Amino acid sequence: MRHLLAALLICLAALPATAQDSGSPIQTLLQEQADLIVESSRRTIEPAITAIARSGLPDAQVMLEKWQAKQVYRHVETGLFLWAEEIDRDTLRAFDLAGNTPLGEVADDDYDQLKPNSGVRKMIGAALVVFQLNAPDPVTRATALEAIERDADASHLAALRDTIELETDPALRARKDRLERLLTIRFATDDAERIAAIESFSGDLGVDVRAALNPLVATERGVAASAPDTPDIARLLEPDTEALPREAAYDLLVEAGLAAPRLSRADKASALIAHIENGQVAGIRVATLDTEEARDLAYAELARSGVVEPVATEAELAARLAAHVFYERYVGAPPAVAIAAATVLEGIELRVGVHQAADLALDAVSLASIYFLAAIGLAITFGVMGVINMAHGEFIMMGAYTGFVVQQVVPDHTLSILLSIPLAFAVTFAAGVAMERLVIRWLYRRPLETLLATFGISIALQQIAKNIFGTQARPLTAPGWLDGSLVFSDIVSISYIRIAIFVLALLFLALFLIVMNRTRLGLEVRAVTQNPRMAASMGINPDRINMLTFGFGSGIAGIAGVAIGLYAKVTSEMGADYIVQSFMTVVVGGVGNIWGTLLGASLVGSLQKGIEWLNPSNTLAAQTYMILFIILFIQFRPKGIIALNGRAAEA
Amino acid sequence: MSRSFIARNPSVLWFLLALAVFTLGVTVLAEATGLGLVSTSFVKTLGKTLCLCLVAIAMDLVWGYCGILSLGHMAFFAIGGYAIGMWLMYARTRLIVTESLAAAPLPPTPDEITDGIAAQIFGVVGASEFPPIWAFAHSLPLQLAAVVLVPGLLALVFSWFAFRSRVTGVYLSILTQAMTLALSLYLFQNDSGLRGNNGLSGLQNLPGLEAVGQPVLSMAFFWASALALAAGYVLASWVVSGKFGSVLRGIRDDEARVRFLGYPVETYKLFIFTLSAVIAGIAGALYYPQAGIINPAELAPIASIYLAVWVAIGGRGRLYGAVIGAAFVSLLSTWFTGGQAPDLVLGPVRIQWVDWWTVLLGLSFVAVTLFAPKGIGGLFDLVRLRRAPDRHGADLGPDTGALREREAET
Repeated sequence: MRHLLAALLICLAALPATAQDSGSPIQTLLQEQADLIVESSRRTIEPAITAIARSGLPDAQVMLEKWQAKQVYRHVETGLFLWAEEIDRDTLRAFDLAGNTPLGEVADDDYDQLKPNSGVRKMIGAALVVFQLNAPDPVTRATALEAIERDADASHLAALRDTIELETDPALRARKDRLERLLTIRFATDDAERIAAIESFSGDLGVDVRAALNPLVATERGVAASAPDTPDIARLLEPDTEALPREAAYDLLVEAGLAAPRLSRADKASALIAHIENGQVAGIRVATLDTEEARDLAYAELARSGVVEPVATEAELAARLAAHVFYERYVGAPPAVAIAAATVLEGIELRVGVHQAADLALDAVSLASIYFLAAIGLAITFGVMGVINMAHGEFIMMGAYTGFVVQQVVPDHTLSILLSIPLAFAVTFAAGVAMERLVIRWLYRRPLETLLATFGISIALQQIAKNIFGTQARPLTAPGWLDGSLVFSDIVSISYIRIAIFVLALLFLALFLIVMNRTRLGLEVRAVTQNPRMAASMGINPDRINMLTFGFGSGIAGIAGVAIGLYAKVTSEMGADYIVQSFMTVVVGGVGNIWGTLLGASLVGSLQKGIEWLNPSNTLAAQTYMILFIILFIQFRPKGIIALNGRAAEA
Repeated sequence: MSRSFIARNPSVLWFLLALAVFTLGVTVLAEATGLGLVSTSFVKTLGKTLCLCLVAIAMDLVWGYCGILSLGHMAFFAIGGYAIGMWLMYARTRLIVTESLAAAPLPPTPDEITDGIAAQIFGVVGASEFPPIWAFAHSLPLQLAAVVLVPGLLALVFSWFAFRSRVTGVYLSILTQAMTLALSLYLFQNDSGLRGNNGLSGLQNLPGLEAVGQPVLSMAFFWASALALAAGYVLASWVVSGKFGSVLRGIRDDEARVRFLGYPVETYKLFIFTLSAVIAGIAGALYYPQAGIINPAELAPIASIYLAVWVAIGGRGRLYGAVIGAAFVSLLSTWFTGGQAPDLVLGPVRIQWVDWWTVLLGLSFVAVTLFAPKGIGGLFDLVRLRRAPDRHGADLGPDTGALREREAET
């Protein structure tokens, strides 16, 4: 029964194949390219795709789309192409490629499916772009534009120009317009047209513009007996200068066939080795050839006897160099275009420089706010109380780990950050109070002892964190709304996390000012700082105030830890990375003054960014030079930028 | 001034005696020279410990006697090591390169040898030329001079800047820490010319002495370290005894008062800081050939902090205290972190010392600072029945130097 049905189907299927129009233009074209299409190899397929895409036939787009979607089939016997949808395993619903007319259902046994591999499909996609530029769907058009931007081709220019007038979407129209000018620069044949397009980009910061212009101003070095008079000469070069080192100049001469090649040391040695006879080279004993001079002498002997080529002496070399003119020649474009491009590029570089400076300033501000965050707790414990706390970095680390632990429990990132900020404050506040009561209280007036004892605590805390959380870095993930960055231009941008850290730094500054100047606690802290005995006799408990102040400073370090953890990884050593910089920030700014800390952080941050900019490959060197600068700075302003005077300085 | 130096400082004699007994004992027990009960690697550990004792003496000079808490002395130690390491590495690579070039048909030119050495040494950081800093690496006397001169000059310049602007106390500590941090960050770069974080390696092989063997070499270094320690101890106790030492202690206890008395405080501090840096450099030059490798991590600020920990635990303000602290804590560290210490089982919790030793060290350091500022060395006072004077409740601070105590008694 099944066999019967199948036979019936095959009979039916035979009908539409004959009904297909074998003489249509698209079919003729496909038959011409049939071999390549069936071979379907990435290396050979290109002419076939180009032929279809450039045919100008209305059916070309359908053919390419279906081909890309692996829906084109070829009849085993007739070799005719059609496209079809699979109905089930054995049956296809076929359509004629010419006019897209349905041909009914056919059995797939008679047809071979064309299965282009991904490389070929990508090439088909590139060819399809031209058709998609006019697609009714704006998303398709945008995708097509992106494809052209990625990988443009001379053929795209004409296609793009045709579609600009028809574009209705203003944003897409602008993009098409820009792309058209870019393509004009790269592919247009008329120089005037190219120059006009180049000049239209004057002052544009886009990376694409520079990418289009840079190949145009490419130059090539050349050498001639006298200065060439053609307009494509970019500039003349003097040998033995930075632009053209002596060796490079001589190599140019050699390349142009104007001088004999230089003899390298290795060549000289192998020439000598080739002529060793009885332990001698040209009558000189081999054992004496242990200096370059002796080898030169032996080689000269060999040259005199005619067994090796003589080499140019230094004087000949100089004469040759003097006798020729070296130049750079534009090779990327006709001279007029290249000169126009060079002028526009120069203007662009200038603006790029200005924008880079702005970007650098933003970077510096964000680094400064990180240092400020790390240092503000220290500004309280060290600056206000005069207690040096080397475990401050470990409080930052504890805050960051608190954030990490909260994130393990509360999966929602926004909520977990909101929770971990007060929790981190609580944890480090408690740790700070405990430390003050157990250790620091006994060591007031002994700053060196305090430093050492807190170092001991810092070592222990670091190791405990390592034992609990392991040595690998733990992530503290920022909530989704902090992803991405605020983009001002192609060059100037800043990530939202850095903005958040900046805002947090400002908030802390405000918090510090309010607590210190507007609250009872701040008043008592200032009183105890200035004169503990007097404060005690006014009814203030100095021990309690010291404890609270220390806890407050430590708690702020904990919150800073959460913020720093968002921006960097959480490790047991993260605190140690910040401690020296934090102290530098406080000391440079001036101890005991929050504005000084702010200034210190700005100075340290912008200095580090500035040095990094001068030597971009090397952040280690930047840190080195920054620390050296700070050491020198403290020589000349030992009390920092803002030095307290009078009695406040003694307190 | 009628009594002799030894009579005024009996601890010097006792110390030298103890050191001699120890050295001879190890020699008798060692593999190369005696019964073979002490392995070569342990001889190396002991030799390294002696070098650490020497640098601890240097630390005690500046901190215990002069009150300058330097958190950068291990930088001088490492510079000494780098200086000697450069020669060791150069000379040994030169032997290897000369040997391999000897097989070539032409005898090598000096340039070929230099290029070969440079390629061998700097291939690991992708360079093939000698940086200028290696200009003297070919000469042992010059590098030996560098062991003394480079740390000395660095200390001189640094402390001149620091002391002339009257940076004292914790500020100075942080500044010295910044100095060693800057130096280690600089050395971590590949283009610093000292092989970046690879550091210098293979230093345990003395060029030309391959035939002698490590057991004998380590014994020789052990003896050299012991001699250096003895010399360093005598020198240091000579410096701190007599009037000079009194002025140093005066600076420690009240710098302003000494300045008002007309002493050039800065010059005294400059001298003691530079001297201790030189001692540290020599100690480093003896340490790293026994360690075999040096890299910028050795200069990390934490290393200098550990140095302060040793001296504090041993008892600062007395030289034997520094030696005891360095030997005790560093050997204990080796034992605990080497995994030899048995795990401590507290009910369900098993404490592995490899992980928890640092915690114990940090906390005991806090405890020593709080409760026993005299450190282990303070135990000797019990033997000699020297008690702190009754100060009628007023705290003179922890820096209780001997003269201060006498002053307080009256």
